[in-house]
Amino acid sequence: MLRALRTDPRLLRWFYGFTPPERGSIVLGQRRVYIVPTRLGWMYGATLGILLLGSINYSLALGFALTFLLGGIGLAGMVHTARNLARLAVSPGRAEPVFAGAQAQFRLHLDNRSHYDRPSILARQLASGAQSVVDVGAASVGEVVLAVPAARRGRLALGRVMLETRFPLSLFRAWSYVEPDVQCIVYPRPVQSPLPPLEADDTGGAARVSMPGNDDFSGLRAYQASDSPRHVAWKAVARTANMLTKQFTEDAASEVWLDWSRTPPRLGTEDRLSLLAGWVLDAERHGARYGLRLPGAEFAPGRGAVQRAECLRALALFDAP
Amino acid sequence: MSTPHPLAPEFRAVNARDVAGLVLALVIVGAPHALRAPWWLVLLTLCLYCWRALALLHHRALPPRWMLLLIAAAAIVGVWLEYRVIFGRVSGIVLLLLFSGLKLLETRTHRDASVMAFLCYFLLITNFLYSQSVFAALALCVAVVVITTTVVGFSAPQRSLRANARTAGMLLAHAAPAGLLLFLLFPRVQGPMWGLPQDAYSGITGLTDTMSPGNIAQLAQSDALAFRADFAGRIPAPRQRYWRGPVLSDFDGRTWRAGFTELANAPPEPQGGTTYRYSVLLEPHQRNWLFALESAAARPPQANFSTEGFLVATSPVRNRLRYEMVSAADARAEPREDPVLLRRALRIPSGYNPRARALAEDWRGAARSESELVARAIDFFREGRFVYTLEPPLLGRDSVDEFLFSTRTGFCEHFSSAFVFLMRAAGLPARVVTGYQGGDPNPVDGILTVRQSDAHAWAEVFLRGRGWLRVDPTAAAAPGRVDAGLARSVSGGAALPLLMRPELGWLRGMRYNWEAAMHKWNVWVLGYDPERQREMMSLFGMREADWRSLAALLFAAMGVVMLSLLLWSLRQWARPDPVQSAWQRFCHKLAARGLARAPHEGPHDYADRAARSVPAANAAIRQIGELYIALRYGREAGATQIAELQRLVRELKLA
Repeated sequence: MLRALRTDPRLLRWFYGFTPPERGSIVLGQRRVYIVPTRLGWMYGATLGILLLGSINYSLALGFALTFLLGGIGLAGMVHTARNLARLAVSPGRAEPVFAGAQAQFRLHLDNRSHYDRPSILARQLASGAQSVVDVGAASVGEVVLAVPAARRGRLALGRVMLETRFPLSLFRAWSYVEPDVQCIVYPRPVQSPLPPLEADDTGGAARVSMPGNDDFSGLRAYQASDSPRHVAWKAVARTANMLTKQFTEDAASEVWLDWSRTPPRLGTEDRLSLLAGWVLDAERHGARYGLRLPGAEFAPGRGAVQRAECLRALALFDAP
Repeated sequence: MSTPHPLAPEFRAVNARDVAGLVLALVIVGAPHALRAPWWLVLLTLCLYCWRALALLHHRALPPRWMLLLIAAAAIVGVWLEYRVIFGRVSGIVLLLLFSGLKLLETRTHRDASVMAFLCYFLLITNFLYSQSVFAALALCVAVVVITTTVVGFSAPQRSLRANARTAGMLLAHAAPAGLLLFLLFPRVQGPMWGLPQDAYSGITGLTDTMSPGNIAQLAQSDALAFRADFAGRIPAPRQRYWRGPVLSDFDGRTWRAGFTELANAPPEPQGGTTYRYSVLLEPHQRNWLFALESAAARPPQANFSTEGFLVATSPVRNRLRYEMVSAADARAEPREDPVLLRRALRIPSGYNPRARALAEDWRGAARSESELVARAIDFFREGRFVYTLEPPLLGRDSVDEFLFSTRTGFCEHFSSAFVFLMRAAGLPARVVTGYQGGDPNPVDGILTVRQSDAHAWAEVFLRGRGWLRVDPTAAAAPGRVDAGLARSVSGGAALPLLMRPELGWLRGMRYNWEAAMHKWNVWVLGYDPERQREMMSLFGMREADWRSLAALLFAAMGVVMLSLLLWSLRQWARPDPVQSAWQRFCHKLAARGLARAPHEGPHDYADRAARSVPAANAAIRQIGELYIALRYGREAGATQIAELQRLVRELKLA
């Protein structure tokens, strides 16, 4: 029964009122907001009980007034606590890829479309316990960042997140579960090791092993729209009023293939991927043009952030379902 | 879960604002107690509060627990030395006050701070043991606002005080209907349910069942309320307003006592006189008797009738009690009386007051009839140049002799005591009647207010064939007492209660209005007991409301309140954005023409495409698109622009 509840989408939908994971913006309908008294709430109830007994015993009319007013405050507090969470719209933000072993930074946007503020809302990722408290102002969007440890390469789904609040009286705790459809790409943990030796057949006879750094300046050329602003020779621009771009040594000989088959087969798949990830970082650091060859996939040589991201992503998702 | 829960109160440290709020709340709820507590304990408690505040300001560590225990132990010893009891009511409350200071000194987290808030509620409710006036109710409101604001601050420390106060105000506003319903409908039980501490009712004044020289004079200096009477119809004249209380028949030479009281079935049928119907709202006085205008002609269900003609309640009056009464003023007395009672009314201790005895013997020899004897005695008081004062001199062993022949200065107990003594010595059965004489009719609501300052003692003599006859020797000596009340009749300079002084007439006028309001407060708020609750329910057509029907009604009413609260919050959630809904209507209109907005299409592109597809409405569609973009993404969104958008969408014709 419990297992069915966990897996059968229809049962899940019936039980939670939604089917995880949900796409887009998730509005916490009042059906999805649960509420129970906290320990403090029970203590409050016990206090009221004692006050009531005292009022009856001593026939204190104002004692009754106090007790019943406090009772009313408790009940109103319950509605206010539920209101603090209900109808909040949760939407996932970007989760930048990270390397395994680091912490994935999941961002959740809590969109408060009401005209009242919602203080002290806790978001907690259930699997890791990563948590953060945020105040969401009236008619504004609050952002929580959940730092979830990324242990393994691949896709890391945020999974179920509990949103909780106890505002305003801490007598009740209202909570709700969301499971936004957001994943973080986790690159393999990079292992530092020397780049593979270049082979003649790969590099077309060029045997230059030392690779020029990114800052090996070789001259200036006319600016093209695609040039990075970092490479614009701003001093020269100031002097000549012409847009000029610094040109760096770009040698076809420094092209390197990072090949799965060159990693030692005695290592396991994960270690080989780690090795490749280390090579990608190394090659990128040296400004080399590099290509990646994996069983069933090949990335033509290139360099820069996009190449790096594509290669690492391929490594992260290698063999992934 | 290993990580501390950020919302759990035990992991949240208190800040300066929390402590300040708690101290303010404690001062509000503790101030009335401080007026009653010993000065050293108040000082100690204040020092503890200051200590906590300073520790917070200077980031000092809080004192270790053993030190707090030491202080607590020392204070308990001090309280025991002061009161000789630890678990009494008064000592318990002052200890609670002290513990509030000690607990504050170990308040580190919001969990402790919440316990402090609960402690504030206890300190607040114990105030009502002493006073349940309108001011106490106002103090209650202020205290609850302060405590709630502070507690809201616990769960939102980063929010401004103003915002938290607003939240607290909203909570209170939402709590009020539920609180009122509970107050009205919660099935009331008449307390007490268990034994009360021995000192539970200390300090409450009223007539006692004994009378010795000076004790009524002392009582008469109190302005406290004794009871109120609400007459259906005419209010009796001042000289008829004798409110009969306990009858004192036993005299030991100095003190008069009620002695044994025998119960009769019902008061005798009144013979003639004027009948008055009225209800009495009696303040609790911890004694058994009820007061009724002489002579009582009915018996309220809560009381029995004594053979001496006063009402004896079935249990001590511990709560304000309301009863309906019928009395007949100036009725003829029943001429027959139990001989045992008559014999008791003749007894005087031998060896006391020889001169008074001798005087009585003289009268007895000279008088031809019993009524002449009485008349002589009255003349004696009328012509004896007696001084009526609230501050009589102290009397020695032969109190009657000293009063009659040397000091000639006294209050009503002196006069009645001396008169009864003389009558008994002369062989006429006589007894002292205590109670209240007079009462102040409030011109605002016509309710007669009787205070402790109206306490009085008069005499009754039994004449053969005529029965018991009321004689007020005080009225003979100071005639103004009965017609004009205490204030005009006592000798000048006496310690009259402030508001009884004749020169403060304007103050009395204010007082009448105030008291009319207070009477309503007493009847409808403080006197709201099981009886009143049933009366109230019968107003709404619920006859014989028992606890079951009350509980059912309460649940239904609370359901309605909770539902409306929920609806209120739903309404707030569901309030749509006018700009968005106008845009939605616009999209629907276009979709009906087959121009549905593609998911990837922004408002600009969509309006552009639609405008090109529907040339007839080209300008309007473009305008809508621009307005929507301006309202949605622009810097300012004016109400006129929103109205314009809504008008354009409404008037958009695509055909």
